[in-house]
Amino acid sequence: MLICVSSFFFSSVSHSQITRLYSRFTSLDKGENGTLSREDFQRIPELAINPLGDRIINAFFPEGEDQVNFRGFMRTLAHFRPIEDNEKSKDQNGPEPLNSRSNKLHCKKCEPSYRSNYFSFFVLRMMVGVNISDEQLGSIADRTIQEADQDGDSAISFAEFVKVLEKVDVEQKMSIRFLH
Amino acid sequence: MFLLLPFDSLVVNLLGISITVLFTLLLVFIIVPAIFGVSFGIRKVYMKTLLKIFQWATLRIERGAKEKKHPLYKPYVNGIIAKEPTSLEEEIKEIRRSGSGKALDTPEFELSDIFYFCRKGIETIMDDEVTKRFSAEELESWNLLSRTNYNFQYISLRLTVLWGLGVLIRYCFLLPLRIALAFTGISLLVTGTTVVGYLPNGRCKEFLSKHVHLMCYRICVRALTAIITYHDRENRPRNGGICVANHTSPIDVIILASDGYYAMVGQIHGGLMGVIQRAMVKACPHVWFERSEVKDRHLVAKRLTEHVQDKSKLPILIFPEGTCINNTSVMMFKKGSFEIGATVYPVAIKYDPQFGDAFWNSSKYGMVTYLLRMMTSWAIVCSVWYLPPMTRQPEEDAVQFANRVKSAIARQGGLVDLLWDGGLKREKVKDTFKEEQQKLYSKMIVGNHEDRSRS
Repeated sequence: MLICVSSFFFSSVSHSQITRLYSRFTSLDKGENGTLSREDFQRIPELAINPLGDRIINAFFPEGEDQVNFRGFMRTLAHFRPIEDNEKSKDQNGPEPLNSRSNKLHCKKCEPSYRSNYFSFFVLRMMVGVNISDEQLGSIADRTIQEADQDGDSAISFAEFVKVLEKVDVEQKMSIRFLH
Repeated sequence: MFLLLPFDSLVVNLLGISITVLFTLLLVFIIVPAIFGVSFGIRKVYMKTLLKIFQWATLRIERGAKEKKHPLYKPYVNGIIAKEPTSLEEEIKEIRRSGSGKALDTPEFELSDIFYFCRKGIETIMDDEVTKRFSAEELESWNLLSRTNYNFQYISLRLTVLWGLGVLIRYCFLLPLRIALAFTGISLLVTGTTVVGYLPNGRCKEFLSKHVHLMCYRICVRALTAIITYHDRENRPRNGGICVANHTSPIDVIILASDGYYAMVGQIHGGLMGVIQRAMVKACPHVWFERSEVKDRHLVAKRLTEHVQDKSKLPILIFPEGTCINNTSVMMFKKGSFEIGATVYPVAIKYDPQFGDAFWNSSKYGMVTYLLRMMTSWAIVCSVWYLPPMTRQPEEDAVQFANRVKSAIARQGGLVDLLWDGGLKREKVKDTFKEEQQKLYSKMIVGNHEDRSRS
């Protein structure tokens, strides 16, 4: 089962790394039922203090579900695997790999944040807590949207989002490298 | 019936002789050296032999896996993913620099900032600094205990035989011997301290009490086959001071107390521990608290201060982490014992996990299971460093002082110095920590000055 998952999602992740991630998965699984709940994630202190922690946790749970198994866990993590040189030259017509640039952006699940003014404000609020007033935060959100908005609908579409982040090295900034 | 008698008496005789021989051996080789605090060096030889065997076994597993083309699980002693120890501020600046050509130092919000939080979050899901301190650490080589290896299923016949032999030795020879020793040690401690407790106060009582304690702890050390190296013994805690050490397991107490005479601090337990505690307090002034008293911080502080101010009383032994950590790091020290104002004698304890993991995972195993695991391990090997005494500087508060002592211990013991509270083993992190992160980020997007529109 382990091997099967590994070859499906991680063509270049070694057996030991999968085993290590599996042992990480089981150590997070306090209920010992083979799945993780939101509670299990929240028990990681460094994640609990992350202002966007709850959003990140949500990325592991498909709509309406409150348990994630190892397969689902790996599927979400797979977005953050670095793109290797030999993969870049792969068949362009094939299905898009999970760790591709646009999937990395999608996966953040903060994606509603650039869909409309309201969401952008909401995510900002999560990041800053109570330290900035509604007015000031609103103006920050407005300015961000104005800068990115090209079609004048006062909202950031996915294409616009990608355009803003064009220069950012997403592949590098959103990739997590394994130690060998 | 009559015919059987001579045979019967022969068996009884043989049994009697063997028991006598066993006890004489026990007395000569363990209890007598324990009383005088000398060692024959048997444990050192035993340790070196074991090391050789472990090395061979690890090599054999690697070779076996290669021949059978099994993928080999490599332990990740340093974690699984590459992390850069940078601060929130530095990293966000770095992302912005790569993203836009804008002025970097003006406080502003950038969409790309979200990346920082997302990546950090995913990283902590794959590997974090805190939760892994509460489970057994990984080993690089196999120590012939089936509980410590993932490659266990690929071993060869010869290795299986060796492992079986190990089980036989550990369970059929070492375990009974250790239980007998532990039993002797504990019953001697209880009877010894009770008897000494009836003596009138004075030098004689002090002397006897000290030696009864030391002797019993040394027997207990042998009951765990603990091989302890003490460094810098000239810094050993003196009267009127507080000895603080990092905490890995309940046997830390035995390890420290077999080399020095301490006043213990703790809560009165029930059962066997309670009996031992009540006997010990008769012979010398340990500081025990009833369950109801522990909650009262002022009372605890007051009794500790009183104890410390009396220079004739023994140094107090405290584990300020308040919980057992898996011996790879030192976590937050509770400030209570640093508020008293006494001289602090830091002690670093580092176990060698190769011979048996000393960490007590109290949320997973009970005390008895834990002791059984300890007694069926190969040995408990550890180093103890006595650090030079430290006192609180005039400009320091208790928390800063506690942190200074903690990092001294971490440096000496080769442990990771963490600011996190060990209490997170059972509790969730407080919301204030999240608020701190939010505050930090807020400063980045609106600048350092206070929010004007809120006034």
